[in-house]
Amino acid sequence: MPSLKDLRNRISSVKATQKITKAMQMVAAAKLRKAQEAAEAARPYAERMDNVLANLSQALDGQEGGPELMVGTGKSDVHLLLVATAERGLCGGFNSSIARMARNHATKLIADGKTVKIVCVGRKGQDALKRQFGSHIIDFFNMREVRQIGFTNAHDVGQRVLELFEAGEFDVCTLFYSQFKNVMTQIPTTLQLIPASIEANEDDAVAASGSQACYEYEPEEKDLLEELLPRNVSVQIFRALLENAAGEQGARMSAMDSATRNAGDMIDDLTMSYNRARQAQITKELIEIISGAEAL
Amino acid sequence: MADLLKFELVSPERLLMSQDVQQVTVPGSEGEFTVLVRHAPVLSTMRPGTLSVVQDGGKEDKIFVRGGFAEVNSEGLTVLAEEAIHMDDLDRDALALQIKNAEEDVADASSDDKKARAQEVLDHLRQLQSAV
Repeated sequence: MPSLKDLRNRISSVKATQKITKAMQMVAAAKLRKAQEAAEAARPYAERMDNVLANLSQALDGQEGGPELMVGTGKSDVHLLLVATAERGLCGGFNSSIARMARNHATKLIADGKTVKIVCVGRKGQDALKRQFGSHIIDFFNMREVRQIGFTNAHDVGQRVLELFEAGEFDVCTLFYSQFKNVMTQIPTTLQLIPASIEANEDDAVAASGSQACYEYEPEEKDLLEELLPRNVSVQIFRALLENAAGEQGARMSAMDSATRNAGDMIDDLTMSYNRARQAQITKELIEIISGAEAL
Repeated sequence: MADLLKFELVSPERLLMSQDVQQVTVPGSEGEFTVLVRHAPVLSTMRPGTLSVVQDGGKEDKIFVRGGFAEVNSEGLTVLAEEAIHMDDLDRDALALQIKNAEEDVADASSDDKKARAQEVLDHLRQLQSAV
């Protein structure tokens, strides 16, 4: 049975924790709004890029010898996993679910006899994968100092991936990130970057097919595609990083919300037992006084 | 002028401009071209240069763009640029100062990596200056 003083101490410490989680929740909410705005603002560019690439790839369909970034190297022996996570913890299962997905993927590839290389963006992913796949991690990008993810950050990562690809370091590149659905839900997602997976949106494809036939290309389709595909890699990474940033804040917000609620429950429980103990002590003292008086 | 060209300027970070204009001159990689309403569909990459936009009232806006492409389709013109700066926001003197700083950075760079990076900044600034 803890003493009254113990209970008092525990209540005040839980109260302090609750204040912290509450503050973190509010900070996350403010950051989430910003991150969401950034993600939304970036959407038009990525969408247009997708459309143009879809058009171009249709125009090139059936022709032989497309750029390697699109058709791949023809092999799939070496896989590069680009794992994008957050820089900070305390955001529920956000980081671990991305890491788990990457880990499962890597284990499967290794079981199939493929070579796996990993590039981490964000410290938490690296921490999670280091123990099991330490020797596979070939590069690591630290985004700790970055307050608001700009296109240049994504561009740096994209540039590195392209360098590796040109050096023949891998055949297939897959990006792991978390898709931001809403504040409560983030969906860990894989996206194949190289060779580019271009999904033509059905409606767009139909709408575009009329005008697409008579496009004039400057320079030639193939050169254009070669110019655009590397850029597309950066754009896709940028989009993933922004989704991640929004998802991280959303996950942190809901994690901290439930932490605050749990702390509240705990304070209620502790206060209850504190009051009980206090009343028990008063009763005990009264009994002692009364029985003392009766004995006289 | 009843018919206007629908023009959109998009950077990876946000939609910068979306309005109806008279004409736009695009610095295409194989030469400049001017787009008016009902232009034939074109898809072209761009070299770093100035995009000049003529508004409905005849007012001309000059915007520096770098890295990207322009798409003309039946709906209008869309320019996707990695970087876009309005010419009015550029200050010749400030730019000259920045270039001087960048030149010093290149000279002072301790490693090859840093040097390459500083050089990139410098080239970029020079492109800007030549466009002003």
